[in-house]
Amino acid sequence: MIAAEATSVGAGAFPLLSAMIFVPMIGATAVLLTTKSRPEFAKLIALLSSGMTGALTIYMLKEFDRGDAGFQMVSKHDWIEQWGIGWHLGVDGISLFLVVLTGILFPLAIVGVTPHHDEKPYLAWLLMLEAGVMGSFLSLDLFLFFIFFEIVLVPMYFLIGGWGYENREYAATKFYLYTFLGSAFMFVALIATAFIASDSLGGVTFDLVEIAEGGNIATTTARWLFFGFAIAFAVKVPIFPLHTWLPDAHTQAPTAGSVVLAGVMLKLGTYGFLRFGLYLFPEAAVWSRSLWLTLAVIGIIYGAIAATMQKDLKRLVAYSSVAHLGFIVLGTFAFTSQAITGSVIQMVNHGVSTGALFLFVGWIYERRKTRQIAELNGLQKVAPIFAAGFMVVMLSSIGVPGLNGFIGEYLILLGSFQTARWWTVVATAGVILAALYLLWAYQRVFHGEPDEDNQSFPELKLKEGLILLPFLVAIVFTGVYPKPLLDRIEPSVDRLVAHVAANSDVETDPSYTTQRGEFDNGHGEEHEDDEESHSEEEGEE
Amino acid sequence: MMLQQVDPTLDPNFEPEVLWFALSPILVLVGGALFLLVVGALTPKWPKGLSAFCSATTAGTAGVLAIVNWDDISDRGPQTLVAGALAFDKFAMWATIVITVSVLLVSLLTDEFIRDTPNDGPEVYALYLVAAAGGIVMASANDLIVLFLGLETLSLALYVLAASNRRSDPSAESGLKYFVLGGFASAFFLYGIALVYGGTGSTNIGEMVTAIGNTPAGDNDALVLAGIALLVVGLGFKVAAAPFHIWAPDVYQGAPSPVTAFMASAGKAAAFGAVTRVLVSGLPSFRDDWQPIIVVLAVLSLVVGAVLSVVQTNVKRMLAYSSVSHAGFLLVGVEAAAHTAGDATPGFGISSVQLYSLLYAVLVIGSFGVVTVVAGTRDASLASFNGLAKRKPLLAVAFTIFLLAQAGVPFTSGFVAKFGVIRAGINEESYALAIIAMVTAVITAFVYLRIMLSMWLRDADDEAPAVSVPFSAGVAIAIAATFTLAAGLYPAPLIELTESIRLVR
Repeated sequence: MIAAEATSVGAGAFPLLSAMIFVPMIGATAVLLTTKSRPEFAKLIALLSSGMTGALTIYMLKEFDRGDAGFQMVSKHDWIEQWGIGWHLGVDGISLFLVVLTGILFPLAIVGVTPHHDEKPYLAWLLMLEAGVMGSFLSLDLFLFFIFFEIVLVPMYFLIGGWGYENREYAATKFYLYTFLGSAFMFVALIATAFIASDSLGGVTFDLVEIAEGGNIATTTARWLFFGFAIAFAVKVPIFPLHTWLPDAHTQAPTAGSVVLAGVMLKLGTYGFLRFGLYLFPEAAVWSRSLWLTLAVIGIIYGAIAATMQKDLKRLVAYSSVAHLGFIVLGTFAFTSQAITGSVIQMVNHGVSTGALFLFVGWIYERRKTRQIAELNGLQKVAPIFAAGFMVVMLSSIGVPGLNGFIGEYLILLGSFQTARWWTVVATAGVILAALYLLWAYQRVFHGEPDEDNQSFPELKLKEGLILLPFLVAIVFTGVYPKPLLDRIEPSVDRLVAHVAANSDVETDPSYTTQRGEFDNGHGEEHEDDEESHSEEEGEE
Repeated sequence: MMLQQVDPTLDPNFEPEVLWFALSPILVLVGGALFLLVVGALTPKWPKGLSAFCSATTAGTAGVLAIVNWDDISDRGPQTLVAGALAFDKFAMWATIVITVSVLLVSLLTDEFIRDTPNDGPEVYALYLVAAAGGIVMASANDLIVLFLGLETLSLALYVLAASNRRSDPSAESGLKYFVLGGFASAFFLYGIALVYGGTGSTNIGEMVTAIGNTPAGDNDALVLAGIALLVVGLGFKVAAAPFHIWAPDVYQGAPSPVTAFMASAGKAAAFGAVTRVLVSGLPSFRDDWQPIIVVLAVLSLVVGAVLSVVQTNVKRMLAYSSVSHAGFLLVGVEAAAHTAGDATPGFGISSVQLYSLLYAVLVIGSFGVVTVVAGTRDASLASFNGLAKRKPLLAVAFTIFLLAQAGVPFTSGFVAKFGVIRAGINEESYALAIIAMVTAVITAFVYLRIMLSMWLRDADDEAPAVSVPFSAGVAIAIAATFTLAAGLYPAPLIELTESIRLVR
């Protein structure tokens, strides 16, 4: 059914999605070809190509047909025919905003942070990373997805290793090997998937849609294969206990690297679960849900507690990512439309708010050459605007109503409560812990009287303010009026949930599968009602 | 004698030319070697680079002839040559192409490496050509005795090549070590042939298969099985599969770097050609017996190669152990071929092995090429690569491409190669082997990362000798790097060619 839809759009039209991969790739090559004597060219080309990619994603957002749950703007060509591998790209509600986020985050990261040396290769690596991330989000072919998923490791390795902080070599190697190990299992699993599915498809193909719709993989086999994929995604997310690479990589990465890592790269894992885990192996995903829900909840609580203990501000933000991604996994494996919609929104939200937090930490480091919480104090006195910006981003990360974080977490908890009650109850505690560690950190860094070292902390610069602006707009807009996002995400999520329900023994009660009620029929006001009722609850807590 | 071989479908008047032409790659290589030796000895000292040029041209000519032969096989089908002694099929021609490409690139590398040293002269190049002819005979042999001849031709040439840096003790040591251990392995192999002959009454692969088919099961099994065991020992040594890999790190480290490149590329391709001929083509009815041995060899090679490469501090040793692990990957492909050995429709095993050996040959020559240029005749310690990115950025980029390809990163030929063998293995449901292979690939990735780390992130020592890239070596490295990337981006043509590879006996 989806295969028919998939080919309906895009034939002969401008290959928008392919362009979003090739523009940064060409940009990277062009950056490498610039001369050393004119470094400003490199920066200009990097900005132009990443900006153009961003513009393309905005155009894609405009062209996106919100009523269509299937893949849109599909681009499908043969690539390695003998092996059944195609260049198959497409976008749906689940990937749409992640692609837009990628398109916007990269130019901001490029403008926002100037590396301390060798700008040219740095920019080239960043652009290559962008091409890889774009490709991962857009691929509808298992093989194609895998190569993009793998290739992002190389630029990230060099970014961390080349432009990171004191312990960068260790962190870069650890990051690479951890993720590579996960991919090893996925590699075997995805080839096996293609071969096993070929029995019912009449030929070997790596096409995601064909395998998912007509693969007919035996139950036990599918469970094994699912775990092959799941290990790779679990490392990438990261799910407790596979998370140990993350604090090191985040802390040691250069600021732009952290922004991109937290902003979009971690989502490759959660997105992979949705796109490849649930879609390809619905039965196996449902069968193993207790495991994932438990690990997700452990991640939420553990990440929050670990974050509370951190002395390094950047490490604190890194651990907060573990907690936030726990929520996303929780929502994913709740198998309700609301929870998964919440997960998708939360992926975007986390990218925005944590990306911005890393920018702030980077700016603090540039000013003070330290990230130790103990060495920072009273910054609010000397840099009130800086503090205010940090405050908004932080509140968004905590999930305060009216800001974007709330929408995602609320939808996740609401949706999960119906199918995973006790896990959700424990996870809710994580919301409070998030308030604890972030507010406490804020208090220590920004409140009080600044000591000598912090007396001359410079205020937010205009350029930094301009970079921050899109983040703040996204935070507030999504928080106040999430309907445009929900309208585009929900049809695809509904379809995925229906697919899972049709192919597994998950409760087929319609209330579990199509929970669109409130958001579908009603309009803006109802959201605000929801928010208000919930904020009252939080007040009580 | 040759009349027996006439294929009734062929025009009998045309037949003698076809047969001579089918042998032409080998003849050209041997002729080139004789020319270099005889004319080189009788004429005054040649201008610089002429020997290398001759060797490269000869290899190139042989390669082109092999391509023409490939087309002939496509049109007229495979056959056997010289009374069934040699197989004239796409498998043989592919191996010929791999080996001649290796000779071509290695000649370019060797040129300025030995120029102005006492080792300069036509001898090294003549040995390359002889070794290549031996390797091609190994990969095309349809008779175990012929295969042994090829193996000895290749090995003897390699022993001398390993010791060819006459002023260097490590080189002499490496040559001697290789000679003693290689002689041992050859003896095993020869005894294996004798036992198989005892069991089947023939050394000709075609007749062997017929004889085994006609003998009631169990009659001469003990002899043949003992023969297989000895043959596998000999072959395992040649492909440097664990536990027969012990010689590889020492020999790879001691031999001059271009020779190491030659051993790792052409040597490996020839050895895997022999493995395929002996086991897959010659002993298909015993596939259930030798297939488990291949599994064990593959797992050991993968694990030993990966784990021991991690603890090395010398780049040549690292690459040597990594080549052991690559042998493990190739064995995964052989294992896949074992499942369908002798069947009318072969699986993907043989084609994936052949694809791997071409892609690996090019990238390993590139890797050792960079080592040749950077370390010269000095010790190739990891520290000597420190700060290479600052000193020679393009060279560092090329080495990075090769290392990423060895690690199997997408968009490089190494990924395509790995994908091919793992795919072949999974098609035969060898899941455990596939997973072990991929996990050990992660361990070896650590080694490649270490080398990249020192190139890109460390600063060079102050007294580090300057690196200069000779023109011909630069060309070889550039060709290898371009091919590594191109084959990674668009491998479809190569895959199509290898998938048509069939064995004839």
